[in-house]
Parts: sequence; structure tokens; C-alpha cells
Amino acid sequence: MEKKNNTPAPTQQVAQKRNQWKEVWRRLRQNKMAMVGLAILIILALAAIFADVIAPNGFDNQVIKDRFQTPNSTHWFGTDNLGRGVFDRVIHGARVSLSIGIISVSIAIVFGGLLGALAGFYGGRVDNVIMRSMDILLAIPSILLAISIVSALGGGLFNVMLAVGISSIPGYARIVRASVITLKGQEFIEAARAIGANDSRIIMKHIIPNSLAPIIVQGTLGVAGAILSAAGLSFIGLGLSPPNPEWGAMLSGGRDYIRDHMHMTLFPGLMIMATIFALNLLGDGLRDALDPKLKN
Amino acid sequence: MTKKPLLEIKNLHVHYITNEGTVQAINDLNLELYPGETLGLVGETGAGKTTTALAMMRLVPNPPGKIVSGEVLYKGKNLVEMKEADLRKIRGNQISMIFQDPMTSLNPIMTVGDQIREGIMLHQKVDKATATKRAMDMLEVVGIPMERYDEYPHQFSGGMKQRVVIAISLSCNPEILIADEPTTALDVTIQAQVLQLMENLKVEFDTSMLMITHDLGVVAKVCDHVAIMYAGTVIEHAQKHKLYRTPKHPYTIGLFESIPNVHETTERLKPIIGLMPDPTDLPTGCTFHPRCPHAMDICKVEFPEVTHLSDEHWVRCHLYPADKEVE
Repeated sequence: MEKKNNTPAPTQQVAQKRNQWKEVWRRLRQNKMAMVGLAILIILALAAIFADVIAPNGFDNQVIKDRFQTPNSTHWFGTDNLGRGVFDRVIHGARVSLSIGIISVSIAIVFGGLLGALAGFYGGRVDNVIMRSMDILLAIPSILLAISIVSALGGGLFNVMLAVGISSIPGYARIVRASVITLKGQEFIEAARAIGANDSRIIMKHIIPNSLAPIIVQGTLGVAGAILSAAGLSFIGLGLSPPNPEWGAMLSGGRDYIRDHMHMTLFPGLMIMATIFALNLLGDGLRDALDPKLKN
Repeated sequence: MTKKPLLEIKNLHVHYITNEGTVQAINDLNLELYPGETLGLVGETGAGKTTTALAMMRLVPNPPGKIVSGEVLYKGKNLVEMKEADLRKIRGNQISMIFQDPMTSLNPIMTVGDQIREGIMLHQKVDKATATKRAMDMLEVVGIPMERYDEYPHQFSGGMKQRVVIAISLSCNPEILIADEPTTALDVTIQAQVLQLMENLKVEFDTSMLMITHDLGVVAKVCDHVAIMYAGTVIEHAQKHKLYRTPKHPYTIGLFESIPNVHETTERLKPIIGLMPDPTDLPTGCTFHPRCPHAMDICKVEFPEVTHLSDEHWVRCHLYPADKEVE
């Protein structure tokens, strides 16, 4: 088709567009609580990365004569029933727990989100097939589902992530589906179609970004849940094998001694709490920063 | 008639199939849009104006909507039978649409500039920077400073949002612009501005326009031709001046009689008695016969065919002998 040429008066300022992510970052920075959350997370992440430097004793340095020490200058968080420093184990455990939490939630968000978006967008038979399979997954208690996946695939870090991730897919699928259904009827989706956008573009560019807020909130809460589920798996012996430090496993390991040596459960518990707290603060801030309507 | 219509709708039927019954939204509709002209599509709420517009781009939501039969010919190609992928190349590029409510037809979390750029990038093989530049130019064209490229729809007023929507729809120099009640959601002063803008841009971009409205004042201002719709079909189609001076169909006459005239003293306006028929249960024969002051026996049985009164004036009414009977 021949295009008519009627370019309006040339503009002196050439396409100098502010980056949208820079804008989000600027708004996030204004939120003090979110920055506190981010700071805690960065500290935890650094601790996990440099665990070998911060805690050079390693996570499995058993010194039997030093067992059950309360926190002191050598062992900041005390020692456990095998004489291993709780501090060393907590720091090394950050590696495992943080990656389990974040990766398994990412698995759940990506697959759950995509399935939910497809179900909500296409409706009808697609919706039925996807959501009924999600219902089947939901019908099985998630921990039981995770147990069966781990027992089928075997233990190990990645399989634990996979098991925890898969068992939380239905929740995300439902959330996304619900918001997609409300979005689908909006006029701007029709307008996008009227300028010739195809389905995948409409889903990726218009529907998913608009349904991000509930996913972010659910996701940050979900990291906590994932760490705890992984802990549950470790507890029944299906997660990581014993010498490996993992906050949940440390919690359940210290359970027997909680009456006399509560530092064994206190510190891993505090770490889980701090992580979840930080993620929630950041998640709230991120949700606000991503919503242009709340600008300033 | 020497001019060939750019877009022609032939015997279109669109139904919405719901559990409560089949809604016959469009019944045997005929329409022609000529290059460079503005056609006003006028009708009451529920007459099927929006469905007609959607059907022209095959955007009727399916389900429940279904184009049952008929043709939509754009430059001789039938859009009803076209492949979805080919149709996407036409949508927004050659035929584009302005929606009724600017408040909801923009994506709330995308900057207005990016929304204009989206259409350009979809249809024209240009890189991002060029597309951004062109989107900025489009903003200027509709009278919005391009510094506002990075702002979000909620930072704009209703009239400005509608300008953005107009910018989006014109960004690819379409041949046909469908405007679905573009001014209904705006207040009167802004209405005038937006209409003026659309009129200017229509000339500047050399676009044909289908203006859907229920406001005969808007029609008088911007249109060249007018099609009057009733219960899913066009019952009268004429040049604007002809239609305003010598309306032929009893429904059209009724419409004009129910508009107050500032130059005459009239005691009372003459409304058209009755209501639009229920589209799930249309009257037999001519759909207007239960309300028509001139209803005859034949009106109850037979749906009237097209009668050409003159070159560009046709009507569907038994009061005027149909084309084939004259021959």
C-alpha cells in the first residue's frame, strides 16, 4: 500500500526517552521501607555469596567438646548438638534457603502465571482443561504433592526446588486467571486488537503487566512459604541430606533441644523471619513503584 | 456513479448467540464508504452501530458474536473470509478505530507515547528510535506537547486522552478511520475541539471516515453522507443535505421532528411513539412497522428492499417502490 507522506514539522529534540525501569527505580527509592527491605536482602545475598569468607569454619566443622554453647565471642550464635557453630551454618544455609525460596517461587510464577493467563484469556475449553488440572493439583495437599515429587525424582537441591515450585503453581494460576478475566473485557484490550496486535503480544504487553501487582505480593509471601516447605521436606528426610545447612532443616534439628538450647532454633528462625520481612517490604514497595497511578 | 466505494458492506448479518436467545444485532445491512468522504452512521442506542463498526474489522467478540452471512469488501477483498494474520496487517494500518470511551481505551500502565509507538512498530518496518520520533510527532499533531510522551493516561484529561487515541489511530496513515461515538464521553466544549481536530486531520491525512454517533448535530458538522440505522439495518442512506432537507423514511422524518428547532415556534415536539424492538424478537416484515404512522399490510409481512430515489439516496421502505419493481 502506498503511504502518504505527511510527516509533521521536524522536532528538534530527538527521541530521548527516559527508561521506564529507571523511573520505577526512582519511585522505589522514595519508599524508605522498601529500601530497608532491599538492604536486608542485599546483606543476606552478600552473606550467601561470601559465606566462605564470613564463616571460614564451614558448615560441618564438628567439635564435640564445644557442643551446646550459648552465644559467645567465638561462636556468635552458639553451637549445636554436634558442636558446629550455628552462625557458620546459618550463613552457609543462606545459600541454600535463599535459592530454594527464590527459584521455586520463580518456577511457580512463570508456569502458574502463563497457565493462568492462557486459561483466562482463551476461556472455554482451554480454560476448563487447564483449571481442572490445577484443581487436581490443588486437591492434593501441597506438602504431600511435594513429597511425592521428591520421592519420584530423588532428593537434592534442584529437585526440592522443583517439587516446591510445582506444588505452588495452582495458586498463582488462579490469581492470574482471575485478573486476566477482568482485564480481558477492558476496552484497551479491544483497542490493542484494533491496531493489529496479535494474541501473544496482547498477553505479554497488555495483560500480564496489568496483572503484575497481585503476583508480586503473592510471590514475596510465597518465598517464605517455599522456604518452609523445603524445611518440611528436609525434616522428613526427603529434602537435603543432613550435613547440608538449610534454615528449615536447622529449625527442625534444633526442635528436640528447644527447652534448654533455644539458640539452635532461634537464629535460623530469625533468619527466615528477616528474609520474609525484607521480601514483604520490598514487594509492597515494588507493587507501588510499578503502578504509575500511585506516582508521587 | 463513477466512484468505487473503498469499503462496502453487503447483506451483513451479525448475531449474538446467548443462552437467553439469539440477538439479531445486524440484519441485512448495506453500507458504502467512498474514498475521502465522511459517512455518518446514526441510530438509537442498540441499533447495532458499534457492532457494525466491529464487524468492519472483524472484531465482533466471538463467542457470543458471530458474523452469520454477508460480505465486508475492502478494496474488493472480503474481510469476513480473510485469514486472521492478513487481517492483522489491515487493522490499525489501513483501517483503524477510535473507541467510545477514552478513559478505558488506553492501557493504564503504559506511557501514552509507547502506546502510540506500539501501532507504528507493529505495521512499519522502522527501528525503535524512528518509531519513538514518529510517535512524538503524532502527539504534536494532535496538539499535545511531546514532552508528555513519558506520561501515563491517568495524568491526562478526558479530552487529551481522546487526542491520544486519535493519534494512535492515525499513526499509520490509515485509509479508513472508524470513530465510534468519539465525543460521547466528553463534555460539550471539548466535543467541539475534538471534532474540529478530527475534521482537520481527516483532510491532512486524506482519510475516509465512518463517524458513528447518535447526535444529528455532530453529523451536520462533520459528515458528507449519512446512513440512518434502525434495528440492525440501514434504512436510509443519503447525502447530508438531501437527508436533512428531504428525509424519506418515516423513521428519519420522525427523528427530525423530535429535534427542537430554534427558528420555529412549536408547541410540542413530535416524538416517535414506541420503543426500539427487542433484538431477540424482531417484528416480522419491516422492523419499523409497529411504530410507523404509514404502516401498510405489506409492511407486516415483507422486509423492504432497497429503493434508489436518486444517485446517492436510497431508502428501505414500502412507501417507495423498490428498484426492481420500477424496472
